[in-house]
Amino acid sequence: MTTEEQSQKLFDSDDEIAWCPGCGNFAILTAIKTALFELNKRPEEILMVSGIGQAAKLPHYIRTNGFNGLHGRALPPAVAAKIVNPELTVIVHSGDGDTYGEGGNHFIHNIRRNVDIAHFVHDNQIYALTKGQASPTTALGQVTGIQTKGNLDQPLNPIMLALAAGASFVARGFTGHQEHLINLMKEAISHPGYALIDILQPCVSFNKVNTHRWYADRVYELPKEYDTGNLSQALEQALEWGEKIPIGIFYREEKPTFSDHLVWLADRPPLVDRVWEPRDAEKFMKELE
Amino acid sequence: MDFNILVGGAAGQGVDTVAKVLELILKKQGVEVFSHKDYMSRVRGGHNFHQIRFADRPLYSHREDLDVLIALDATTVKVHSSQLSAQSVLIADESYRTEISAGKALWLPLKEKAVEAGTKLTEGTVAVGAVLRLFDFDFAKVWPVLQSLFKVEIFEVNRRALELGYTLTEPQFKLEFTESQPKIMVTGNQAIGLGALAAGVSFYSGYPMTPSTGIMSYLASKMEEAGIVVEQAEDEIAAINMAIGASYAGARAMTATSGGGFCLMVEGLGLAAMTETPLVIAEIQRPGPVTGFPTRTEQGDLAFVLTASQGEFPRMIIALRDPEDAFYQTFRAFNLADKFQIPVILLGDQYLGDYYQTIPPFDFSGLTIERALAGEEVWKQTEHYQRYKLTENGISPRLVPGRCGTQVVLADSDEHTEDGHITEAADVRVAMTNKRMQRLEQLREEVQEPWVVGQTDPEIVLLAWGSSAGPVREAIELLEEDYSIGALIFGDIYPLPTKLLKDLKPNVTMLINVEQNATGQLAALIRQEALIACTHSILRYDGRPMSGQYISDRVKEVISK
Ligand SMILES: Cc1ncc(C[n+]2csc(CCOP(=O)(O)OP(=O)(O)O)c2C)c(N)n1
Repeated sequence: MTTEEQSQKLFDSDDEIAWCPGCGNFAILTAIKTALFELNKRPEEILMVSGIGQAAKLPHYIRTNGFNGLHGRALPPAVAAKIVNPELTVIVHSGDGDTYGEGGNHFIHNIRRNVDIAHFVHDNQIYALTKGQASPTTALGQVTGIQTKGNLDQPLNPIMLALAAGASFVARGFTGHQEHLINLMKEAISHPGYALIDILQPCVSFNKVNTHRWYADRVYELPKEYDTGNLSQALEQALEWGEKIPIGIFYREEKPTFSDHLVWLADRPPLVDRVWEPRDAEKFMKELE
Repeated sequence: MDFNILVGGAAGQGVDTVAKVLELILKKQGVEVFSHKDYMSRVRGGHNFHQIRFADRPLYSHREDLDVLIALDATTVKVHSSQLSAQSVLIADESYRTEISAGKALWLPLKEKAVEAGTKLTEGTVAVGAVLRLFDFDFAKVWPVLQSLFKVEIFEVNRRALELGYTLTEPQFKLEFTESQPKIMVTGNQAIGLGALAAGVSFYSGYPMTPSTGIMSYLASKMEEAGIVVEQAEDEIAAINMAIGASYAGARAMTATSGGGFCLMVEGLGLAAMTETPLVIAEIQRPGPVTGFPTRTEQGDLAFVLTASQGEFPRMIIALRDPEDAFYQTFRAFNLADKFQIPVILLGDQYLGDYYQTIPPFDFSGLTIERALAGEEVWKQTEHYQRYKLTENGISPRLVPGRCGTQVVLADSDEHTEDGHITEAADVRVAMTNKRMQRLEQLREEVQEPWVVGQTDPEIVLLAWGSSAGPVREAIELLEEDYSIGALIFGDIYPLPTKLLKDLKPNVTMLINVEQNATGQLAALIRQEALIACTHSILRYDGRPMSGQYISDRVKEVISK
C-alpha cells in the first residue's frame, strides 16, 4: 500500500460524503489524512473542530474525534478543548465565511490567544452551503444571487489580517498543489501556537470566477530562499494578489503559547484529569469567616 | 436587637471601604449581618449607598428605615433623611448642615479630623469611629479587622482616624447578643463561585457584565490555588462556546453573564443541548431590555431563559434564593448537567449577587461529585462508540475524547445519527427528538418542591421565586400574627415542581405572586404548567429590591382592597 492508501484507511470514515464531484474539499481531506499519517498521529489523539458550511462537514469524513459546532464558532470550542487537554492535536477546518465572516471576532482574538492549534480555512471565496453568496473574500464587483449588482464590499486579505493581528504561523495553500499543501499542514500542526493556512479551493458549483484554472494560472510557491522570519517582508508579500498569487509559509515565529502562560498548571496533570474532591474547596471558605 | 445603618456618598468617596470595614467589624462582634449595596453605573460621582443591617438573629433581607445614617455628601443627607425616625442618628460633616425632619443630627468635624489623622481620604473612617462609639463597640475586635483590610502604611492613618472619630460621639444604642456559632459572610456571587469550585469546575470562560462579574472575579482570584483556568473571552458567544468545548473535552466548565450577554449566548445554549454537552450557565439578572439598569435588580428574564433558543430541548432552570442556596444549588447544577447531559441555568440577580449575608459555614461533607461518565465497559467494546446511542432512558453513555482507548467521540450540532453524523432522515429525527425530550420527563422526577414558609394550610398564599425568598420570609414574619398566611418559594423553576401547588387547600382565598418584574412571569408559568391562576399579584420593577417591610405593606394593601 502507498502512504496515501494507508493513511486513507487509518482515517477512513463510514459517512457518505455530501460534497459536489470535483470540489476542492476532497483534495483537502486527502491532504489532511496524509499529513496526519506522516506525522504518526492516531485517530484518537486528534480532535477536528468545525463550524457550519460545506467545508465544516470535514470532521464527519475523517475518523478522529470531532466537534461540529455552530456557524462561525469553530475556534472557541477548539481552543478550550486544547486548553483542558493539551495532549489532543486540535485542528479546525472551516470555510472562509465561517472563519472571516460570522466568526471574525474569534479569528482575531484567537490569534492573540495563541493556543496551540492548527486552523485550515477552506477558502473558496464564496458561501457554498447556502448556495453562492459573497463571502468576506469574494472579489469586489463579483455578481452572485444576492450581490446582483456585483459585490459592493472589498474583500479582506486573510494573510495580511493574520499577520497584523500577530499570528505566529501564517501560510497559504492551494488544493492544486497537493504535496505542497501536505507539507504546509505538517508544518502547521507541528508549530507550537496558533497556525493558520488559508487554503485556496475552487467551488465548482457556485464560484465561476475563481476556478481551479484561475488559481492554477496564478499560484506560485514562495521560493526556498524566502525568509519566513521577517514580518515586514511577509506583510509586503501578503499584498501580492492578482496576476500572481504566492503560496507557502509567509511568516512563522516561535513565541509562548497560551498554555505556556499557565505557569500554575505546569506541574499539574491536564485539567481533564484533575483530581478533585468538594472538600478541596473548603479552604476557600476560610477567607469568608 | 435589629439595627440598620446606611452609608452613602458619591462613587470614589470610599463608601465601599466604609461599608466593608463596618460589615467586618460587625461580623467579628458575632452579630448577624445583612448588607445590601445600591450603586450607579459610574466610576466617579453619582450616588451610591450600602445598607448594613445587623441583629442578634438571622436576617433575610434589608430594610428601609434607618437607625444611623452616615452621609459622606450632601446628596445622601437629602435623599435618605426621610428614612430617619425620632430615635435615629445622622452622622455627617458639619459642612452639610441642614434641617432634617426627624432624628438627631450630629454635624461633626469629620473632614477636619480626617486631615488631622493624616489624609482627608479617611473621612469615612472617622465616621465609622463615631458610629462604633454610638454602639459602644469592643475596640479589641476592631484592630485585627482594620489590619486585615489595610496595608501597613494606611492602617496607621485609619487607626488614628477611627480613634479620632470615636471621641466625637457618646453611646446611644445598646448592643445585645449572645455568643454565636461561627459564621461566614458571603455574597450570592461568591457562593456561586465557591459552589462551582467545590463541584470541581476547572474551566470558566466569561465576558464581564454587571452584575455577574463577581462570579468571574471570585474564580479568577482562586485560579492558581485551585489549579484552574479562568479566561476572559472576546464576547459572550465565545464564552459559551469555549465552555462547551471544554466540557465536550471532559472538564467541568461554566460560564456566567447577565441578560444582555445571555442574549448572545442563546445559540450556544442550543448547541449544548443538541450536542448533549453538560453545561452550567449562571444568568445574573438586571433590568432590561438591552442595557437597562446596569447595576440594579430585576427578575425579568425568567420567561426569556425558559424558551431561549430555537427548537425544543430539555433544560433545567434553578432560581437561586439566597447565598446558602446559591452554593448548594450551583454544586447540584454540575451534577445534574452531567447526569442528564444538558444545560443547567442558574438564575440570580443583582440583589442576590451583591448583598452580603452572614450564614452558617457550608457543609462540604455531604457533597459528592457525580460525573456520570462511561468507563472501560463502553470504550473497550469492539464496535465503534456511538455518542448518541439510543438507550432506554434517553441518556447515552458519555466518553470524552482522548480518554477512551482507540475510540473516537463525534459531536454534532446538525440533527445526527447515533454515531454523530449529519442526517436528514425523518425517523432518526423523531428518535433523537424523543431521546432528548425524554430527559425532561426524568427531570420532572428530579426537581425539588418550593420552600414552604409561614402557617400550615393558610388562606393567603404568596408565590415567589429566587432572591425574593428572604424578603418574602421576613414579610411572612411580619404578617403572620394578624393573618393566615404562608408562602411557596421556588428554587427549581423549570421543569416546574407542581406537587405543592396542586396540594393547595380549597381554603386558599388569595393566591398572590410576588415578583420583581412587570408581567408576573412566575404566575404565567404556573398557569401554563399547573393550570392554577393567581388571584392577585405584587410586582416591583423599578430596579430596587423588595424588602420584607415593602412586601408586607403591599400585601396589606392587596388584602384591604
Ligand atoms: C447563525 C447562522 N447563520 C447562518 C447560517 C447559514 N449558513 C450556513 S453555512 C453558511 C456560509 C458557508 O460559507 P463558508 O463558511 O464559506 O463555507 P462553505 O460552505 O463555502 O464551505 C451560512 C451563511 C447558519 N447555519 N447559522
